Amino acid sequence: MTAISDRRQLAYIAAQAADARVNVEIEAEGMTLNIGPQHPATHGTLRIVARLDGELVTDAEPMMGYMHRGYEKLTEVRTYPQVTTLINRIDWLGSFANEVPFILAAEQLMEIEAPARAQHIRTILFEMARIANVTLFLGDMGVQLGAVTPIFYAFRDREHILNQIESATGGRFHPNFDRIGGVKDDLPAGWIAETKTSLGKIRSFCDEMEDLLVGNAIFEARTRGIGVIPADIALSYGLTGANVRASGVDWDLRRDNPCGLSYDKVDWKVWTHPDGDSFARYWVRLQEVRESCSIVEQLLDTLPSGPIMAKVPRIIKVPEGEAYAETENPLGVMGYYVVSKGGLEPFRVKIRSASFSNMSITPWLLKGSYVPDVITILASLYFILGDIDR
Amino acid sequence: MIPLPSETTEDTIDAQTDEARSALLDAMVADLGDAVVGHHLMPGTDLWVRVCTEAWGDLAAYLRERQRFRFFGWLSAIDWMPSPYGRSLDSNVDNILEPPDASKVAETVTGFAGGDTRFQVMARVHNLSTNLGLTVKADVADDALTVGTWTNTFPGAEWHEREAWEMFGLNFAGHPGLRHLYLPGEFEGYPMRKDYPLLARLIKPWPGIVDVEPMPGSDEPSTENPEGSN
Repeated sequence: MTAISDRRQLAYIAAQAADARVNVEIEAEGMTLNIGPQHPATHGTLRIVARLDGELVTDAEPMMGYMHRGYEKLTEVRTYPQVTTLINRIDWLGSFANEVPFILAAEQLMEIEAPARAQHIRTILFEMARIANVTLFLGDMGVQLGAVTPIFYAFRDREHILNQIESATGGRFHPNFDRIGGVKDDLPAGWIAETKTSLGKIRSFCDEMEDLLVGNAIFEARTRGIGVIPADIALSYGLTGANVRASGVDWDLRRDNPCGLSYDKVDWKVWTHPDGDSFARYWVRLQEVRESCSIVEQLLDTLPSGPIMAKVPRIIKVPEGEAYAETENPLGVMGYYVVSKGGLEPFRVKIRSASFSNMSITPWLLKGSYVPDVITILASLYFILGDIDR
Repeated sequence: MIPLPSETTEDTIDAQTDEARSALLDAMVADLGDAVVGHHLMPGTDLWVRVCTEAWGDLAAYLRERQRFRFFGWLSAIDWMPSPYGRSLDSNVDNILEPPDASKVAETVTGFAGGDTRFQVMARVHNLSTNLGLTVKADVADDALTVGTWTNTFPGAEWHEREAWEMFGLNFAGHPGLRHLYLPGEFEGYPMRKDYPLLARLIKPWPGIVDVEPMPGSDEPSTENPEGSN
């Protein structure tokens, strides 16, 4: 890619991009910019109503609910094994990761621990869900800023991971593979070697993204210093995942609370970035995908033998009590607060999804930004609509 | 296949976190006094603290400033009333395993740390330096259905309180704008309350095991699509 250093040319490109992507309504006072509900930057149907003063956003209000499916209500009439089918659809790009915290909460209530091999397989699939999810972000961030190539590379290379998830679980997007007490099946023959090959492709994809975007003049000009979130504000809004690590907060539940998963048996590193801007969020996610590849490789090498299911009754009745389990999902911390009355189905399930809290900062963050940067900020926060609307 | 190293340090870690949690609980009881009306400690796992309704609004600032719970996880509510629909919304298959029991449905039982009212608000905060999570609860008086807001301390609570408002019908005094978040503006009722039926199930009962069309060659006609009805 040719480096374009002329700032006027950059501003022209940004304005072109902004013009092509928005519908503008002129009202009596100021201007209201209606982004979405159908918009490529929203990963689903999110609508953002922004009030403008020239190019400056004076007020931004996200409007959700176009995809609200009422999972919290539905879980109250589903048995525990049926719930995992529903919650697969919350963050549909990293579905397996949605199941794990719910299963962990149910196991905590039933006082069951999954065998070591099952925990290993869980962790492997959890990290592969992260790779599949974040890989798409790495390409998508480019396409939001006008670089079309990265997204095709992302779709191409994510396929290798999805194929591996499919051959192990039977589902490309919705594995529904995690069970109370273990996992559904053992890994198929030859899977370990194939997975290592596909991880190599993801590594070279990361290098490609680094060459294409990080260091590119347009990319840097449009992300550096855009959408800066200070650490304390991020925490009080409940931001998690790479969004908060890009603000310099060294907090990762995989390291700090790996209960029920095998992260403590692996040598890996939590990446942070002090800047807190859109570039930092991209950079942290890029490093995390590489780190995930290394985690999966180490886990594949140390896979213990043994059973994949603990002794669990055929009809699962969960004893009375309350439990909260949370894990570091691709989009951030996801938690399930499960209240049981001793029946076949939960009495109440509170789903703490990462994107909901991550997006709650947007009114604060978008205020005072410029129109082309709205797209950058939304893309860099990285949310999945199913994860906001549940 | 390399065997896992034996787990040696688990007991000591459990004892440490337990110590940290009971110290936190003691500090909260000492600072808040009578405002702490219930608690539940699961050693090595989690801590629940219930405060009285009046103390809920100020609890956020106390947790953030005094106890260094900088991370706001979530805020939500729970309706402890047993569903008046009993298990009628469940599939018949499940009811065969455990027939509906009328005597069980009547009583309201609250969970950890107790409770006296139908609704409770609860929230989760996390302390990054000690790596401890804490679940706090408060009763919501049945006649007023109002508690204080957390938005002054944790701005992220705004959306969570709007959700609790539209789903449970609870008011948060001091909230900057309680309006619908997910549901359309003209929506009536509070869907997450237990006495709000799951309408999809009332219209068409959950089928459980669905009638499966017979395989080609079998004599039994399909119930879903009887012969000649096309």
